[in-house]
Amino acid sequence: MVRPQDRKFVTADPEKCIGCCVCEYACSMVNEKTFNPTKSRIRAMRLGPLINMAITCRHCEDPACVAACPRNALSQEDNSGIIRVDENACNGCGWCISACQFGAMNMHPDKKIVFTCNSCTDNETKEPQCVQWCPEEALTYVTAETLAQKYRQKAVQNLFQVAEAEAKPK
Amino acid sequence: MFAYAGKILYVNLTTGIVRTEPLSEQMAKDYIGGIGLGIRLLFDNSKPGTDAYDPDNPIIYLTGPLSGTMGPTGGNSYAVVSKSPATGGIGNAEAHGFFGPDLKRAGYDAVVITGKAPKLSYLWLDDDKVEIRNAESLKNATVKETDDKIRAELGDFYIRVSAIGEAGEKLCRFAAIINDEFRAIGRSGMGGVMGSKNLKAVAVRGTHDVNVANLPGFKDFVKMIYERMKGPSTKKYKTLGTPENVLVLNSLSALATRNWTNATFEGADKVSGEYFNEHYVKKIVGCATCGMRCDHIGVVPEGPYKGSTSRLEFECLWSMGPLCGIDRLDAIIEAMRIVNEYGMDGISIGVVVAFAMDLYEHGIITKEQTDGIDLKFGNAEALIAEIHKIGKREGWLGNILAEGVAKAAEMIGGDAYKYACHIKGLELPGYDLRTLKTAALGFSVSFRGACHLRNGAYSPDVKGKVNRFKIEKGRGKMITEESYMYNIIDSLIVCKFSRGTYYDGWKDLTNYYTLATGIPITPEEMIRDGDRIENLARLFNIREGKGTRKYDDVPYKIKHFPVPDEGPAKGACVNDKEMAVGLDDYYASRGWTVDGIPTVERLQQVGLGDLAYIAENAMKAAQEAKPHVAQEIKPQGGN
Repeated sequence: MVRPQDRKFVTADPEKCIGCCVCEYACSMVNEKTFNPTKSRIRAMRLGPLINMAITCRHCEDPACVAACPRNALSQEDNSGIIRVDENACNGCGWCISACQFGAMNMHPDKKIVFTCNSCTDNETKEPQCVQWCPEEALTYVTAETLAQKYRQKAVQNLFQVAEAEAKPK
Repeated sequence: MFAYAGKILYVNLTTGIVRTEPLSEQMAKDYIGGIGLGIRLLFDNSKPGTDAYDPDNPIIYLTGPLSGTMGPTGGNSYAVVSKSPATGGIGNAEAHGFFGPDLKRAGYDAVVITGKAPKLSYLWLDDDKVEIRNAESLKNATVKETDDKIRAELGDFYIRVSAIGEAGEKLCRFAAIINDEFRAIGRSGMGGVMGSKNLKAVAVRGTHDVNVANLPGFKDFVKMIYERMKGPSTKKYKTLGTPENVLVLNSLSALATRNWTNATFEGADKVSGEYFNEHYVKKIVGCATCGMRCDHIGVVPEGPYKGSTSRLEFECLWSMGPLCGIDRLDAIIEAMRIVNEYGMDGISIGVVVAFAMDLYEHGIITKEQTDGIDLKFGNAEALIAEIHKIGKREGWLGNILAEGVAKAAEMIGGDAYKYACHIKGLELPGYDLRTLKTAALGFSVSFRGACHLRNGAYSPDVKGKVNRFKIEKGRGKMITEESYMYNIIDSLIVCKFSRGTYYDGWKDLTNYYTLATGIPITPEEMIRDGDRIENLARLFNIREGKGTRKYDDVPYKIKHFPVPDEGPAKGACVNDKEMAVGLDDYYASRGWTVDGIPTVERLQQVGLGDLAYIAENAMKAAQEAKPHVAQEIKPQGGN
């Protein structure tokens, strides 16, 4: 049994992400065998050249999408935190889309049911395809704890004005 | 068909009639896509002598075979082809960013737009649904406002928009079409053609799949290119970016300064790539599906233009910097920002303003004629004030300058033509042709007018592979061979910054093409496509009366104003004798006559026998024009 805090999800570093959408194409290529960002489980959002971020499911604790579904079509896997969609139960009402604060629930254009990140890891790398393909290394597959550590480290570095090289643990 | 959409859309803005036709596999293989397919469609859909601003002149949007795939740079591109209002010949440009893939997913290899909408309109392509919508509320709106408002009106953030600004609406002859804020169909005045059709923008949403023929093979190939993009061949674009050229060209006395008065700039250090990156670059971003990142986004941290933000590349930095004698990057960033808002070619605008400054300094135009603007070289405020005037066609001078330097010089009269630096009507890009003479020859024969991107002829000069102060035999072949590659790059529509990542050259490109489309093609066939496209473009220019030897020349200033700067370049300029040597050599290498006309045999070799009558008519006309000179026709085969 994996502890909830050990569940991994894909997150983008806002300083590195440039909104290039390679993640979208990698996702649709691997999961849908075609090139089509509207069938991607991760979407890049560019509000301007300096404001970019790719977003996908964060495998929340107590996920709002699951709670919102009126047909019990959504469930969360205990071990991975992945949100599974019962394709027979989902009728594409999109209630979960309004419930998700990250816009990480998507409507599949052909199947007309919702779909979201399935953490498509393979045995070799243990990392989802978008993370493997990201040219900027902006995407990482992390637990909440490692993400928190990263930002804590950064905050302390900033406070003490330590150069990144010096901050590495000795 | 794989990778291709297999469909060409025809839209008549006058009648509102819309129809589609299939793209044949033969057409795809012969012309690839992008500008190759575009030039053929322009040929087939236009009558000789049609004015660029006539409703019958088609403007053609094109995707490439790779658009919409995750192929790095090839995946994110589109091109536009039309008759150029600047040159009267082939107009073409390509842009990357985010627009192209949606056009492909909407299901189009090409969109041929003719006619003129009765009112300012925009074209809305929502997959198979085509709508001509009212755009009167967008009159004189900036490109960015147009983009934002159309997406808001249609209610989808991910809709992509390719639009003109005020300059295009006002028929500026170097108006651009811009997508994604700063990605431009920049050169040869395509924005003006849009304006002449009352077409403010093309908005597109594509949701169809794009499938390649061999997905596992394609995946491995593009993974390899993505990996190569992390390596040395793209380092320049990811670090200092193209502004690195400022100091490189300055050290070679090839940084045209003050409208080709000097070849070095005393303020180069202050506008160098190094200085720009250290003081202004906030972030380096990139296009969709690309493993490089090259967009150096400059933000002005202080002073009168504080907060001004724009992407800046070498060409525009140079044209609005050294060429105008300006050494202030804050003003150049602001100038670039407003040029993008008006929707103008960032190269031409700088050359136009530098031309006006040159006239002002020589007393050919006066302060009354500039409406009080002190148009001296080095005056950054004057540059910005003049850009606004040109964008709005305001005042006597602003209105004239919006015609580009060639036509402006005619309108001003007197000695003005001596200061107009253009080839075939298109303003020169950022290389001093007096000290880079392969470039002088290469730019002079480019089919879209002065252009560094039709054959890359500056490269052997800058890299020291040839004696750059001379034009001699052999340069013609060099230019011819490079032109094949550049034509294919613009037909596949891969980014020129990626050209170093195809380590195996033609083998990589043919492999890329076949994995995506499933259409087998050999390097020889693809080279022949590149040759065919060049000959086709030449024939178009000949058909329009702009394609023969007398149009292949360099500007007056390049021939008559020797470089005054101390150093190895002192006294350099291009003379008619060496140009003649170069042109003879170039035409011979192409299998063209001494008048620069493709021979019938040559056209048959490249599969353009159906258009040979155009060459025959031109040869007859050339004979009649000089009855006393025996014609020396050199029907030598090229490749």
